[in-house]
Amino acid sequence: MDLGQINPVLLVASLMVAATPLLLAAIGELVVEKSGVLNLGVEGMMIVGAISGFAISVETGSPWLGFVAAAIGGAVLSLLFVLLTQFALANQVASGLALTLFGLGFSALIGQSYVGIKPPSMGDIHIPLISDIPVVGPILFQHDPILYLGIAITAAVWAVLKYTRVGLILRAVGENHDAAHALGYKVIKIRILAIMFGGACAGLGGAYISLIRVPQWTEGMTAGVGWIALALVVFASWKPWRVLLGAYLFGGITVLQLNLQAAGVAIPVEYLAMSPYIITILVLVILSADKSSAPASLGRIFHASH
Amino acid sequence: MIVLEKRPQPSRVWSYATPLVAVLATMFFGGLLFAILGKNPVEAIGTIFWEPLFGEFAFYYRPQLLVKGAPLVLIAIGLSLGFRAGIWNIGAEGQYIMGAIFGAGAGLAFYPLEAWYIFPIMVIAGAFGGWLWAMIPAVLKVRFGTNEILVSLMLVYVAEQMLASVSLGLLKNPEGFGFPGSRNLQSYESAHNAELIIGSGMHWGVVAAFIAVIFAYVLLNRHMLGFHIRLTGEAPRAAKFAGVNPARLILFCLGMSGALAGLAGMFEVSGPSGQVSIDFNVGYGFTAIIVAFLGRLHPVGILLAGFLMALTYIGGEIAQSQLGLPAAAIQVFQGMLLFFLLALDLLTNYRIRAARKEVA
Repeated sequence: MDLGQINPVLLVASLMVAATPLLLAAIGELVVEKSGVLNLGVEGMMIVGAISGFAISVETGSPWLGFVAAAIGGAVLSLLFVLLTQFALANQVASGLALTLFGLGFSALIGQSYVGIKPPSMGDIHIPLISDIPVVGPILFQHDPILYLGIAITAAVWAVLKYTRVGLILRAVGENHDAAHALGYKVIKIRILAIMFGGACAGLGGAYISLIRVPQWTEGMTAGVGWIALALVVFASWKPWRVLLGAYLFGGITVLQLNLQAAGVAIPVEYLAMSPYIITILVLVILSADKSSAPASLGRIFHASH
Repeated sequence: MIVLEKRPQPSRVWSYATPLVAVLATMFFGGLLFAILGKNPVEAIGTIFWEPLFGEFAFYYRPQLLVKGAPLVLIAIGLSLGFRAGIWNIGAEGQYIMGAIFGAGAGLAFYPLEAWYIFPIMVIAGAFGGWLWAMIPAVLKVRFGTNEILVSLMLVYVAEQMLASVSLGLLKNPEGFGFPGSRNLQSYESAHNAELIIGSGMHWGVVAAFIAVIFAYVLLNRHMLGFHIRLTGEAPRAAKFAGVNPARLILFCLGMSGALAGLAGMFEVSGPSGQVSIDFNVGYGFTAIIVAFLGRLHPVGILLAGFLMALTYIGGEIAQSQLGLPAAAIQVFQGMLLFFLLALDLLTNYRIRAARKEVA
């Protein structure tokens, strides 16, 4: 075992990379849940985003188009969830599961011909001057654009929810859909937009895994990140900046255990690999006592019966 | 303008008809998918649903239906109890793995002793393993109010790592030339879950699945606990007034489904699969969710649904070898089925009316 091999600067820099898929998926789901909808299909939307992003960027040679395709792919898949829960008024838990099961199969089907291919690389942005600062530069300012996009989306979601009329309406729909409906807001329409936004974000997160984090395609490669993202929203008590914090925490655990594996720590590899999931459970236990901040209409079916 | 009108009571006709319509819709859209993949849709659908039952080699495939269907039914019966009460155990896959590890572990502990009591001990150990794994989300939910969906799911990934760990370590075959995986239980007579009637596919797991169906039916229709489960699912407030103890219900439902999933894993590892290996699990725990819904969370329905799902597995394998249909296509097909089922449930609970636009 040689812990000296672990470079702290690289560790923190790769922590941010590991956290980004989680952050993207979780911030999208936060918006969905704020609108009062519980979409358990994050894993499914992520994996579909991962393959559609991968396929398009391989075909076109442009990672940018790949990410656009991933967002569209995630959003389109989320439309299935819209159909089930908003129009057919189906149970949201079951519908989310259906989305995940379908997405996992669908992505495996599409992905068959992409196994073993290397996607085009996006390249990192080196922001002039500040990226040359020792230690801080490599950690903060030498990343790919999508990583910054993730942070920007988080900031935007926070600002919109807190300061704008759109955010207020979204929260009203999530807190009490009957009251919001009585006030004349289009509950269903707002929820559809929120669900699609969540789908697009999850798609981006999935593509981040297949295009940047791992750069390759393997079946089921999201490996539970979508589910951890759901836990993260609970962890963050539905607050955007706490989603960011939580994502970096989980990213840190993931990267640390990988580094410990590489350094040959005496703990068997399997136990290190299961640690992010166990820590997620522990975090859920600690935080589940407080449900006060959850949107009041979360998971309830809305039907305007008049 | 189309308007949905909530039915005062769920339609009985539609609640029986939706699974059938969903299967037909899945066949249609599945066929469309196969056509996009460049296969003859009629031939593909025909192969999947006809060959295993009435084709030339049906004598070989029919027993396979029992082999594939039994674990699905066993797991789905357990899941359905919880689903009915709004307790969502999504981690049956993990409980299935733990059942296999515990069951195989208990058997291999006796190796090479031959004795009649080894297999029964393995059955108990398998059920215990699954139960134990399900008790984690159950206790956390009862004690701390933790979401059982997320916890049970996280535990699937933990169980997969456990499986890898024991395949490479604790249960590794010492005579296996360094390959991962345990001794083959099929060649250890006292621990082998053999066919009860040669060539029938009928092993102890199939028997257990039938017992589980009967047990669940009696429980739901003749027992107070079953009544409480149904009441909690249909009218949570009324259940509270009726004195239902939610904690007890959670522990029972999750424990029961865990034990049944564990049994399924144990019967699989000691029978058809034969050994604990890294890729032992094949997603039965997740497919069983579809089976539970397709069977309307009703024991008899689940039996039929398990049979149908086994048919898509076997038929899918045939289509794979004969028509070159990708394995993932069947997965999509199964996902589609759940999708249509949930969508069509609308007709059970709502009446669709064409309404004239109201004059403001």
